[in-house]
Amino acid sequence: MATSSTVTKPRDILGTSALRPDGAHKVQGSFEFTSDMHAENMLWGATLRSPHPYARIVSIDTSAARALSGVQCVITASDVPGKPTYGLISSDQPVFAREFVRYMGEPVAAVAADHPETCRRALALINVVYEVLNPLTDPEDAVSGAHDPIHPDGNVIRHQRIIRGDQTATGPIVVEGEYVIGMQDQAFLGLEAALAIPDTDGLGVHLHVATQWLHEDLSQISACLDLPAEKVRLTLGGVGGAFGAREDISLQVHCCLLALKSGRPIKMQYSREESFFGHVHRHPATIFMRHHADSNGKIVKIDARFVFDGGAYTSTSPAVLINGITHTQGPYKCDNATVDGYAVRTNNPPCGAMRGFGVVQACFAHESQMDKIAAAVGKSPVEIRLINAMVTGDPLITGQVMESVAPVARCITETDAIPLPQPLGTTVNELALPGGSGLTASRSNIIRGIGWGVSMKNLMYSEGFDDYATARCTLADGVASLKFATSEVGQGFVTLAPQIARSVLGVDEVIIEPIDTQIGSAGSTSASRQTWMSGGAVDGACRLVRERLFHHVGNLHSIDPLRLVIDGTDVIDQVGTFRISVAEASDGIEISETFEHHHRATEELDENGQGNCHTAFAFVAHRAVVDVDPELGLVKVVQIATAQDVGRVLNPLSAIGQLEGGIAQGLGLAVMEEIVMKDGKVRNPSFTDYLLPTALDAPDVVAVMIEEYEPQAPLGAKGIGEPPCISVTPAIVAAIRNAIGKDIERIPVRPQDICL
Amino acid sequence: MSANEFYQLRVNGKTHQVQDSWVGESLLYVLRERLGLPGTKGACEQGECGSCTVLMDDAAVCACLVMAATAINSEIVTVEGITTESALTDVQQSFVDEGAVQCGFCTPGLIVAVHHLLEKNPQPSEFEVKEAISGNICRCTGYGRVFAAVEATIRSRNAVK
Repeated sequence: MATSSTVTKPRDILGTSALRPDGAHKVQGSFEFTSDMHAENMLWGATLRSPHPYARIVSIDTSAARALSGVQCVITASDVPGKPTYGLISSDQPVFAREFVRYMGEPVAAVAADHPETCRRALALINVVYEVLNPLTDPEDAVSGAHDPIHPDGNVIRHQRIIRGDQTATGPIVVEGEYVIGMQDQAFLGLEAALAIPDTDGLGVHLHVATQWLHEDLSQISACLDLPAEKVRLTLGGVGGAFGAREDISLQVHCCLLALKSGRPIKMQYSREESFFGHVHRHPATIFMRHHADSNGKIVKIDARFVFDGGAYTSTSPAVLINGITHTQGPYKCDNATVDGYAVRTNNPPCGAMRGFGVVQACFAHESQMDKIAAAVGKSPVEIRLINAMVTGDPLITGQVMESVAPVARCITETDAIPLPQPLGTTVNELALPGGSGLTASRSNIIRGIGWGVSMKNLMYSEGFDDYATARCTLADGVASLKFATSEVGQGFVTLAPQIARSVLGVDEVIIEPIDTQIGSAGSTSASRQTWMSGGAVDGACRLVRERLFHHVGNLHSIDPLRLVIDGTDVIDQVGTFRISVAEASDGIEISETFEHHHRATEELDENGQGNCHTAFAFVAHRAVVDVDPELGLVKVVQIATAQDVGRVLNPLSAIGQLEGGIAQGLGLAVMEEIVMKDGKVRNPSFTDYLLPTALDAPDVVAVMIEEYEPQAPLGAKGIGEPPCISVTPAIVAAIRNAIGKDIERIPVRPQDICL
Repeated sequence: MSANEFYQLRVNGKTHQVQDSWVGESLLYVLRERLGLPGTKGACEQGECGSCTVLMDDAAVCACLVMAATAINSEIVTVEGITTESALTDVQQSFVDEGAVQCGFCTPGLIVAVHHLLEKNPQPSEFEVKEAISGNICRCTGYGRVFAAVEATIRSRNAVK
C-alpha cells in the first residue's frame, strides 16, 4: 500500500495552543517595550512629587530648576491649558496639585531635560513651600465625619446598601468576623513609560504609551490639553504587564504637556519607587460579616459592612465598592441580606483597579465565614460549600437572577478529586521548607494544613456601562488583517485574535495592524473582558467578511451563498461538490468589515441595592496545602489544586498561564505582599521591601478546566484572568488556620500573626 | 550634564566606545541608552528583580548594580549576545513553546539566567533550577511555564546526546 509521508502542521485555530506571535521577539530581547522607544532630538521628562500626605502649597519656585543647564522647561498646575483634573469615573484628580497635596507622591511639577540625571537635579532645585496639615488616614474617620473634608467633593466617595429579603431572618448558627485586607500593588515588571511626539505645527501630539485603554486615555488627555480628540493620537507601546495599574492616567498628560511646551519629543519612564506612587493600588478594606445559618449550615442571612479605603482621589472606587458588596454572598445561595458599603476618601495613596477588583476583598471575608459555619455545624469545608453552592437560576442578593452557567458544585468536587501532595518527608530539601533559602526552619517543627476557597466573579463592566469593543477584519488574497484598539498587556489577545480569524475565515496568515486610536474603542483590558468583548468583535467582523465572501463566491459560481461553508482552508458547497480555497476565492478582491460587540444591557442599583447590575459571572475553586513553621511564623505554599469555570478553552497554553499567574498573585496577597502605610506615608516603595513571590515560592499548581459552554459569550468562553487570584488567597489563609489552629482575620498573614 | 568620560566596554564580543557619558551611569543605562542594546530591561534598580541580568566575566549579575565605568576590563554578554541570527536558541524556543512568555518584560533576564544555569550545571535538580532563577521575578506566569521551559530544554539537550 502506498503511504503518504506528507505531514500537515495543525492549524492554529481556536482550541489549539497557538503560540504568541510576539514570543520570538520577546525571548530575543528585540520586542520593543514603550521604555525602549526613542525619537530624534528627544528629551527626558520627570515628575516632582509631594513628600507629604496632606499639605497646603504655599508657594512653588521653579527658577533655579529652569536655570540649570540642560533643562528645557518646567511645568506646574498653571501650565495645564485645559481641564485641570482627570479621573475614570469622577474627574477629581489634579494633573498637578494646585492648592493642596492630598497624598504622598502627588505630582506637583514636571521637568524636561537632556538626561535623566539632569531631571533628577532639576527636581531637587524646585522649591515648594508646604504648610503640612493633619492627614486623614483612618477610613472610619471619613465614614463618621470626624475629619474635615479633604476634597471639595467630601470624604465619602460612595455609599451603597443592599437590602434583600427578610431583615429579621436568623438561624441557630451565627458566626461573625471582621476581616482586614492590606494594600496590594500590581507590581507589573514593565514600569510606566511613554513617548510623546509633538506635531510639527505644535497643535497636536502623538503619544506612544503602555496603557490598558487607549480611548479612555485619549478622552482624558485631550480634555486636559484642551485639544480636539483628533489632535491627540495614541499608539499602544509594548506593555510589560498591567493587572489594573494602567487603567488610570499616570504620566500621560505630563508627558504630552512637556512635549507641547518644549516642542520636542519627551520620554518619561518611572523608577520602581516612583511607580509605587504613580499608579493606584488594590483597596485596603475592612469587612465585617455575620452569617446566620440553619443547623445544617445552610445560609439563612448575611449581614455585612464594607469600608474600602479609596485614598485621595476617586479613580474606580465607586465600581470597586459595588463589586465588593454585590459579591458578599460569594458563589452561594442566599435569600436575605443586609449590606452596608462605603468607599471613602483619605490621604492614603489612591486606590483603584487591580485584578479581582473588589471581589478579592469580599471573597476573603465570605470564605473565612464559610469555614466558621462549617466548624459550627461539624461539617467539612467541602461539605459546607456543596450544601450552599449556587446554581444557574438562583437569585442573587441584588435580585438579579444568575443567568450564567454556574458549575459551582463541579468546581468544588473536581478540585476535591485532585490528589493531595505527598506528605512532607522526614528528610527534605531545605529550600522546600517554610523560609526557604533563609534555612531557618527545622523540619520537626513543620505542620501541614489544608484550606479551601471558592469564588464568584463578575465579568465585564456593570451598572449600565456599555463597555463595547470594536474590530475590523480585512480579507485580501487569502490574508486576513485585523485592526483593533485592544491593549495587549501580556494576556495574549494578539494570539487569540488570529486564532479566531483562522477558525471563522479559513485563512492561515493573519496580520495584526498597529494597535492605536485609529479605530473605535475596544474598552479596557480589564474585568476579564477582552476575550468576550474584543474576541466577540473580531469574531463578528470576521463573520461579516465571511458572509460577503460567500456572496462573492456564490455569484461567481452560481451557488446559493447559504449553501457555502468554510471547511478547513476551503469554501465548500454543503450540498454539492464545489470546493475552492479561501486564498483563491479572495484572490484579487478586498473585503473589509467593522463590528462592534456590545454585551447585554445592565442596570444601576436602586437605593436598596437591587437591580440587574452585572453582565455575567465565572466561578472557581481552590484548595491550598501549606507547610507552616509556627515558631517562626513562616509559610510555604506546597500545592494549589483548582478547577475553574472557563466556558470553553480557546488556547490551553494561554489558559494555564493565566491560572498559574493569577494563583501566584493571590499567594502574594495571602502571605507576603503589602504596601505598608504609616500616617499616610508609604514605608516600602521598592522591591527590596515589597516582597513578591519568586520561583522558590511558587507552589505546584494542579488545574482542571471546567468546560461548560457559555451561551451568552460570543465564543462560548468566559474570561479567565481574574478568578485565579481571588479564592486562592482565602484558601491559603484557611490552610494556615488549619495547620496552627488559630483564627487569622487579616491578609497578608505576617509572621507575627502566626507566631505571636 | 558634565560629559567628558571616555571608556571602552567589551559587550557581546565587540569593543564599544562609550563617549560623553556621565560617570555615574549604570551598566544597565549605558547598554540601553548609549550602546543601543535595549534587550536588557530595568524594573527595580536594586538588584531584586533580575530583569537586567547579564553575564559579566561569566557570572550572572544585575546590570543595574554595576557602574558601567567599572566594567571596562570585563567581558559582558547580554541577551543580544546570546541570540543568534539564524534561529532561536533551544532555551528561547522552549520559552516560546511552553508558554513561559506573557508580557515578556522579565524574559530577557530569565533567558540569560537559564542559559547560564545550564552551561554551569547541565542536569540541574528541580531545586537547583528554582534557586538559580529565584532572583528573576516574573509577575505574569507564576513560574509554572518557566519551569516547563527549562525542563523541555534539558530534555531536548539530553535527547541529542
